[in-house]
Amino acid sequence: MATHAGGLTATRTVRVRSLSRGFGDRTVLNGLDLEIGEGEFVALLGRSGSGKSTLLRALAGLDRDVAGSGQIEVPQNSSVVFQDARLLPWQRILDNVTLGLRGPEAPQRGRAALAEVGLAGRERAWPNELSGGEQQRVALARALVSEPELLLADEPFGALDALTRLRMHHLLRELCTRHRPAVLLVTHDVDEAVTLADRVLLIDEGRIRVDLTIDLPAPRSHRQPQFLAYRESLLQSLGVYQTEG
Amino acid sequence: MTASVLSRPRPAVATPTAAKPRRRLGPGRAIPFGAAIGPVGLLTLWAVGSAAGWLDPRTLSAPWTVVTTAGDLIANGRLQDNLAVSAQRAGLGLAFGTVIGTVLALASGLSRWGEAILDGPIQIKRAIPAVALIPLLILWLGIGEEMKVLTITLGVLVPVYIHTHNGLRTIDSRYVELGESLRLPPGTFLRRIVLPGALPGFLLGMRFAVVGAWLSLVVVEQINSTSGIGYMMDLARQYGQTDVIIVGLVLYGLLGLISDGAVRLVQRKALSWRRTLAD
Repeated sequence: MATHAGGLTATRTVRVRSLSRGFGDRTVLNGLDLEIGEGEFVALLGRSGSGKSTLLRALAGLDRDVAGSGQIEVPQNSSVVFQDARLLPWQRILDNVTLGLRGPEAPQRGRAALAEVGLAGRERAWPNELSGGEQQRVALARALVSEPELLLADEPFGALDALTRLRMHHLLRELCTRHRPAVLLVTHDVDEAVTLADRVLLIDEGRIRVDLTIDLPAPRSHRQPQFLAYRESLLQSLGVYQTEG
Repeated sequence: MTASVLSRPRPAVATPTAAKPRRRLGPGRAIPFGAAIGPVGLLTLWAVGSAAGWLDPRTLSAPWTVVTTAGDLIANGRLQDNLAVSAQRAGLGLAFGTVIGTVLALASGLSRWGEAILDGPIQIKRAIPAVALIPLLILWLGIGEEMKVLTITLGVLVPVYIHTHNGLRTIDSRYVELGESLRLPPGTFLRRIVLPGALPGFLLGMRFAVVGAWLSLVVVEQINSTSGIGYMMDLARQYGQTDVIIVGLVLYGLLGLISDGAVRLVQRKALSWRRTLAD
């Protein structure tokens, strides 16, 4: 990508400058800078309490009551996927997907989005008739049906079992290749970050400490030696091996 | 005795107890037609008491007398006429009360100012019994239909307000956040998140309200009234017609039961998305 030193490219989707956020006396984000290019898949790693979710909520504009300062530039058309699927239990699946859409073609687009996540035919089901993985797929369809320029995902697979999570990784990767939104995926799973992202950021003490571009050929797997190298380096930065050293 | 039982040494080898089922702690399986057992038992006692002559007909008429009296009242049209008048009063009061209660609950549930202004007075009204308001309402409105419908309306709007308001306030804040993240316009937010979210509360309020409407009816029709079931019963009191009074009581009971059943039916239809322990 044609990103030069200043990062001043026209193809930037997110730009954050000296962002600070705090809860009471505790500073969570402390002068954080961040840029995400158009269609770029960025994974955000960090220990719990490091401010990953605070950053995501700031980008989503869901932190009105939080004290802080800084500049945020995000596209109007951005979607959020939460850790819980957050489907309205009183709306059928299709109505959940089209919740944010307007216009007569909404059901049509909703059906197409459901087919994309492999849930064609379940339009009339109630959310509580679906499994956890299926519910999260509906949430993905709801987020992508508006063709967002930016997809913000807050540990979207955290509540799923390991097998379902692998399938969801595959699906997300596929959807992002097709729709090309810029993605900020908050996760605590290093493997997930290395598998999915073009770039992995590590947040610590309120700032981005590591900015690692993942340069791996398409079907990424644990068998690639490079994969393991990235993984080791990130785990090192997260301080996982500290007690042993 | 007890001490010796307690001090008896336990057998050293555990005896196999796997075959013995665990003691059930819940109420157990449902009894078929369980809801009918109590009322049928009461009816049997009443019938046996009347047949054996333990119950003086002046105190409590026999069930069959009540049935024939009901037949007579239907034959000469008094029952239908009075029922129609009563139903109209209850229906009007219920309609006004439901609309006003819902609107007030929305105003108070969706805005802090609405709550500050409305919630207090309604809580105060809740503490004042309908009977205590009637003298004032009679002075204001006379003893006509307005007074009666207004009394029922006031009785209905309180439960509708309380439960709808509670339903609104207990909508999961995560859904509100979802609405914000999707940039829903206020109208869509109201229609697709707020109203369906408050529906269970509203319907619970309606269950209290329909029964409450008939209860308020009893009060207004036995004071300064010249028509309605309550009036029919009050007249019967003056002539010592126990059977007519009981016909009225049974009618009130049936009306309450039927209206409650109707709301529950709507509840089951409208809240079919919900899978609760009751299903």
